Amino acid sequence: MSTASSGFKLSEWIFTTDHKRIGILYLIGSIAAFALAGIMALLIRIEQSSPGATIVSDVYTGGEQYNVWLYFHGAAMILGFLIPGLTGFAANYLIPLMIGAKDVAFPRINALSVWLFWAGIVVALLTFVVPDKPDFMWTGYPPYSIKSGGNLALYVFTVHLIGFSSILASVNFLVTIIYMRAPGMGWMQLNMFIWGSFTALIIQLVFVPVLAAAVTLLLFDRYLGTHFYDPSNGGDVLLYQNLFWFYSHPAVYVIFLPAMGIFYEIYATMAKNRIFNYKAAVYGMIGIVVVAGEVWVHHLYYSGMPDWIRIGQMVTTLLISVPVGLMTISMFGTLYKGAITFNIPMYYGVAALYLLLIGGLTGIPLAMTVMAVHLGETSFTHAHFHFIMGIFATFSVFAAVDFWFPKISGRMLHVGRAKVGFWLNFIGVNVTFWPLFIIGVDGMPRRYWDYSQFPAYFADYHKVATIGAFIVAVGMIITVSNWLFSAISGEKAGNNPWGSKSLEWTHTETPPGPGNFPKDVVVDAEWTPYNYSR
Amino acid sequence: MKRVVSAMAMLGLGLTALLAQAGAPGAVPDPAASWNHLWRDVLIDLFIIGAVFLAAGLYWVFKYRATREGQVGEGPKLSKMAAISFAAVPAFLFMADDFYLAAKGWTVWNEYRNVPRNALEVKVTGSMWTWSFEYENGVTTIFDPDSKTGDGLVVPVGKPVVLRMNSVDVVHSFFLPEHRVKEDLMPGRVTYLWFQPKAVGETIATCSEYCGNRHSFMWTKVKAVPQAEFDQWLANMKKGGQGA
Repeated sequence: MSTASSGFKLSEWIFTTDHKRIGILYLIGSIAAFALAGIMALLIRIEQSSPGATIVSDVYTGGEQYNVWLYFHGAAMILGFLIPGLTGFAANYLIPLMIGAKDVAFPRINALSVWLFWAGIVVALLTFVVPDKPDFMWTGYPPYSIKSGGNLALYVFTVHLIGFSSILASVNFLVTIIYMRAPGMGWMQLNMFIWGSFTALIIQLVFVPVLAAAVTLLLFDRYLGTHFYDPSNGGDVLLYQNLFWFYSHPAVYVIFLPAMGIFYEIYATMAKNRIFNYKAAVYGMIGIVVVAGEVWVHHLYYSGMPDWIRIGQMVTTLLISVPVGLMTISMFGTLYKGAITFNIPMYYGVAALYLLLIGGLTGIPLAMTVMAVHLGETSFTHAHFHFIMGIFATFSVFAAVDFWFPKISGRMLHVGRAKVGFWLNFIGVNVTFWPLFIIGVDGMPRRYWDYSQFPAYFADYHKVATIGAFIVAVGMIITVSNWLFSAISGEKAGNNPWGSKSLEWTHTETPPGPGNFPKDVVVDAEWTPYNYSR
Repeated sequence: MKRVVSAMAMLGLGLTALLAQAGAPGAVPDPAASWNHLWRDVLIDLFIIGAVFLAAGLYWVFKYRATREGQVGEGPKLSKMAAISFAAVPAFLFMADDFYLAAKGWTVWNEYRNVPRNALEVKVTGSMWTWSFEYENGVTTIFDPDSKTGDGLVVPVGKPVVLRMNSVDVVHSFFLPEHRVKEDLMPGRVTYLWFQPKAVGETIATCSEYCGNRHSFMWTKVKAVPQAEFDQWLANMKKGGQGA
């Protein structure tokens, strides 16, 4: 990549080691996963819109179809969209630009990461062509996943490929952030997105190997005849659940922390303000790294774990509200005495305030052991994690694309279409998930496609939720097609259309050329990405 | 004077003892009622926190709109003390609320886990995709969700019921929405839950841990009947007769 290329060559994209192109490859892959997983969500919602078989064949075999949709929706949204969208696309594109580096520390390993990710997506897609489609949810709990006729190997190999990709990416970015910051750039001068990614990647590096081990033992049990999870031969069913959630709860923070980072960037830039109590927010993020590994049992509150650990981890889980609260205060505080301009990224930013509150606060009863024995595994839980993991984090990816769109594509986003897309998305998610909160409290279980044993009014709530899902679908189609449309025919963007003070806007061309910065970046002790009024 | 004080103290002690007694042995613990009560408290707690944050956020979003070109924010640059206070005070408040909720939650949790001594014990076995119930005298019942036949779980009103549960195949979860409780069943372990049937009538229990193809259909009738009727039903079943 020593000279600027003329025209489009596919090989230049496939074999690229440029972090910006790799970031875009991650984005394309993750949006593809999002689209497919979204179609699965629509199928699920249509099926649930009435009790009995709506689109599945009949009440005896309908589960075979429905459970594959559920599996693919969960696995693809988390492993294929949210994690790669935030720690693949956003981290790749933004980390070197924000710290003033020419690229990541190990560009070829970075290319390997994105190849592994794409390979993982391809293996996951085999779900739709193999006869024995996986049907054991993204959690893959044994003994069901071992007894099921579904193809466990596809699931495990997808996790291996994407997990390997994540581990390599974590090492790469951590080294980049630690050693490749511009001369003069201290830790307390970093962008909030850098802190969000730094803390998320530490969590990823520590916990992904545990998941890899857990699913590998699953593979051995199924295909090699071992008995790690088989109690009749001395194994233990709960071992898997503990290992799985020991990774998968921290994985929530791998998504949450960079998502928060993105919204901090948008607030600071659009309010032209410094981050309120920057250090408290940074220590909040570090605090999450510290508690991330001590809370997994809240996924096992009714799984037959000993009482002492159910109560102990209720306390640690509730205490997450302290670091998250500090981060939230500094997020809201960044608006205080700001000079706020409203545009599309800021629309998503304001929506995020609300999503963070609803998603975060509904987590509090679920953190309480005794509340969770009723609310857990109901559509209340389902709506809770969709608000915080699904919608808050998805909005952060969409807001990131919209915010950095001028830098990435060199063109401005078409505002009218983006606004229509935003409002449909925002209204749609509320119409979808509020009814699920309500019937969840009344006992609607998760992962059901028939619910005839429950009162008839459940069907009305499910119908409303289904309408909401279609509103979101239209909003998403408008939003994503608008990116393509604007990237081709949008108005040309200047180097710094938002008037930001962050390096990726102030020191690069639009779009940034090979090597990112025309001149080497040096910052002084007074510099911060948020120094709008010194 | 001294006598008056000590008499009043005695009276106070006596009253306290009386009041304490009123709540203790005679009263039947009812976890579901405690759950509903706690749920209301938690909702109030969440509503207050949410309203404060949302009001502040929305107010600032509208109040601090940029009014002229090139305007920059004037957010405060916090002194060291102010920064520490803005972290320590909210952290203290959040922790106070956390410990308050944890204490309340733990209290109700103890009700959930301490099975009353007079409880009726029923053995529950989960299998793909049926629940079966075995009573102390060896009577076994099931319920078929397709034909809606079978007795399912029959319990006497007013007597606590403890379920000792195990699964023969995969993980299931016995969920009693009306009684606000669930617990997983799995091979290799025996788990338990208990509940207090308060009124005559039919409710349901349904599987809430994903268990494959017919997961949605793995439910059973739970029928609460008066004690006398229950005793008669159990005796009839023992003789091989038909149930209620």
